Amino acid sequence: MSRLTGKFAELAKAGRKALIPFITAGDPNPDFTLPMMHAMVAAGVDIIELGVPFSDPMADGPVIQRASERALAHKMSLRKVLALVGEFRKTDQQTPVVLMGYVNPIEAMGYENFANAAQQADVDGVLTVDLPPDEAEECVALLKARGIDPIFLLAPNSIDERIKMMDAAGSGYLYYVSLKGVTGAGHLNTADVETKLKQIRGNTKLPVAIGFGVKDAETAKTVANLGDGVVVGSALISKIEAHQDDLATAQQQIVELLAAMRQAMDS
Amino acid sequence: MTEKYNMPDTRGHFGPYGGIFVAETLMPPIQELNAAYQRYMVDPEFIAELDADLKYYVGRPSPLYHAERWSRELGGAQIYLKREDLNHTGAHKINNTIGQALLAKRMGKTRIIAETGAGQHGVATATIAARLGLECVIYMGAVDVVRQSLNVYRMKLLGATVVAVESGSKTLKDALNEALRDWVTNVDNTFYIIGTVAGPHPYPAMVRDFQAIIGREAKQQCIEQAGRLPDALVACVGGGSNAIGLFYPFIDDASVAMVGVEAAGDGVETGRHSAPLCAGRPGVLHGNRTYLMEDDDGEIIETHSISAGLDYPGVGPEHAWLKDTGRAQYVNITDNEALEGFYALTRMEGIIPALESSHAMAYTMKLAPTMSKDKIIIVNLSGRGDKDMQTMAQREGIML
Repeated sequence: MSRLTGKFAELAKAGRKALIPFITAGDPNPDFTLPMMHAMVAAGVDIIELGVPFSDPMADGPVIQRASERALAHKMSLRKVLALVGEFRKTDQQTPVVLMGYVNPIEAMGYENFANAAQQADVDGVLTVDLPPDEAEECVALLKARGIDPIFLLAPNSIDERIKMMDAAGSGYLYYVSLKGVTGAGHLNTADVETKLKQIRGNTKLPVAIGFGVKDAETAKTVANLGDGVVVGSALISKIEAHQDDLATAQQQIVELLAAMRQAMDS
Repeated sequence: MTEKYNMPDTRGHFGPYGGIFVAETLMPPIQELNAAYQRYMVDPEFIAELDADLKYYVGRPSPLYHAERWSRELGGAQIYLKREDLNHTGAHKINNTIGQALLAKRMGKTRIIAETGAGQHGVATATIAARLGLECVIYMGAVDVVRQSLNVYRMKLLGATVVAVESGSKTLKDALNEALRDWVTNVDNTFYIIGTVAGPHPYPAMVRDFQAIIGREAKQQCIEQAGRLPDALVACVGGGSNAIGLFYPFIDDASVAMVGVEAAGDGVETGRHSAPLCAGRPGVLHGNRTYLMEDDDGEIIETHSISAGLDYPGVGPEHAWLKDTGRAQYVNITDNEALEGFYALTRMEGIIPALESSHAMAYTMKLAPTMSKDKIIIVNLSGRGDKDMQTMAQREGIML
């Protein structure tokens, strides 16, 4: 059983939901990320989604775009992100880590080289925004053969047929993008998400994490009640952006926000 | 070639290139678009409306002009220019925007978005949006907004909103990113008119099909005027829509050589260029797999060209396939060489070409003298130079 599957099973048993923070690796500089990962675990998160910066993040809003630009200015790369996960694993063998990014850095490395390196670094899942299952056959086979979960996205306009496709290709969990739009945008319509989740559940047994539009403890609690996990990204990255000159404060505020979310989700 | 060329496959693949590499939210609108495209491309009523617009609104067929003086001066092959510069709005771009806008209308979309580099596609899109009464938003890199200010003004006159894109390198690729972000946010009422043969399937095939009128006309005109097929076709390649439009109807005519001319900027060896087919490698960007300009980590690198319309790090996936199979050849022309082509056509034939098309002219100046006088080259004069007057005057130190 993969770390991700185990984690969701363990949470389900305890009647809890997964708290999944997203940060871009190397933002605002490569030294910040590793201690931040450990601090997030201490604050009570269950899974870490680590963004792999890309020069052309087409599905991201301005907050995550700028995080990518800051990381790339420090020459962050897919290889360095993998090295970072390797470092993290030296002291944390429990927390699942999912890489989230775009397909071109993986293409540049080569699918097989990447799958081998991800296994070596002990990565648990890979979410590639612009690699839908239609094009992912080769990559999915290589990842699954190495015990790495390919994570796929679902959207508000996904029909049954697409959900079934994600169910067949994906493992670990599915990531429901709760808004039509880019990351960091808009407000969540709880009723819409609830309706959509029923349709999704009818087509898959995989756990469903919900992201986009989670801003604070209150939205985290609301979303937690609808799915199996809550992804929070732009709200955390905004804190890094606001406190680039005082990263201790950035880290502290992220920890406080996550702790508040944890508390709200468990209460 | 014994087998008839029949690309792409049903999933939009040209060999390993093309495909649909997009975020899940874009899958439904892309499938909807593909269904509409498959349906209307064979619908007699749609075809009749498109043909009428191309004839009476665009002014087609565009002439095939024998540049006799220039041919004589170069002392080699006979040069024929396909005059896409004479189209309404001044370039080949309108062939495609009309086609896609008519599709949008049939699909019930009320809002049009587009990306633009030089502004030609933006103007062509704003033009058809004005005519059909559709809301129109054009994304343009902030750098291009400055160097193509005349076209920005034209788009605004036509009623479009022009958004200056400040992210990344602030050029065409970033305009495309921003247009994709808009589309993902407004999928329900919005039609994205991509201006080149790139993007996710069906765009590369669909844009090609709308631009193929260039090659169909050129073929017929060449037979009428010269009594036979040409020996070579030359066209500039940024994304590659004018080139594929000219090439496509000739692909099965093995005797016709096809040459795509990429922008070498300061020279391919300097790294400051926009020539992914000549000096890049395959990767995935903007929804398809193709040749890209990228670093070892797969990050897209900044491109350079004197012409905003060629300043793009990718290229249409069909060109990638034609390169790998050897059916077409891809060469490159520097900024300075392109300027020579610009001046040559202007002074020799009284035709001022766009800086994009000037790359094709410059390569023709190299190619023609190597061929005998009974040979024929068709060069795609894809756009007129009016939009570049400011850039050219500035280079000559003249304030307009």
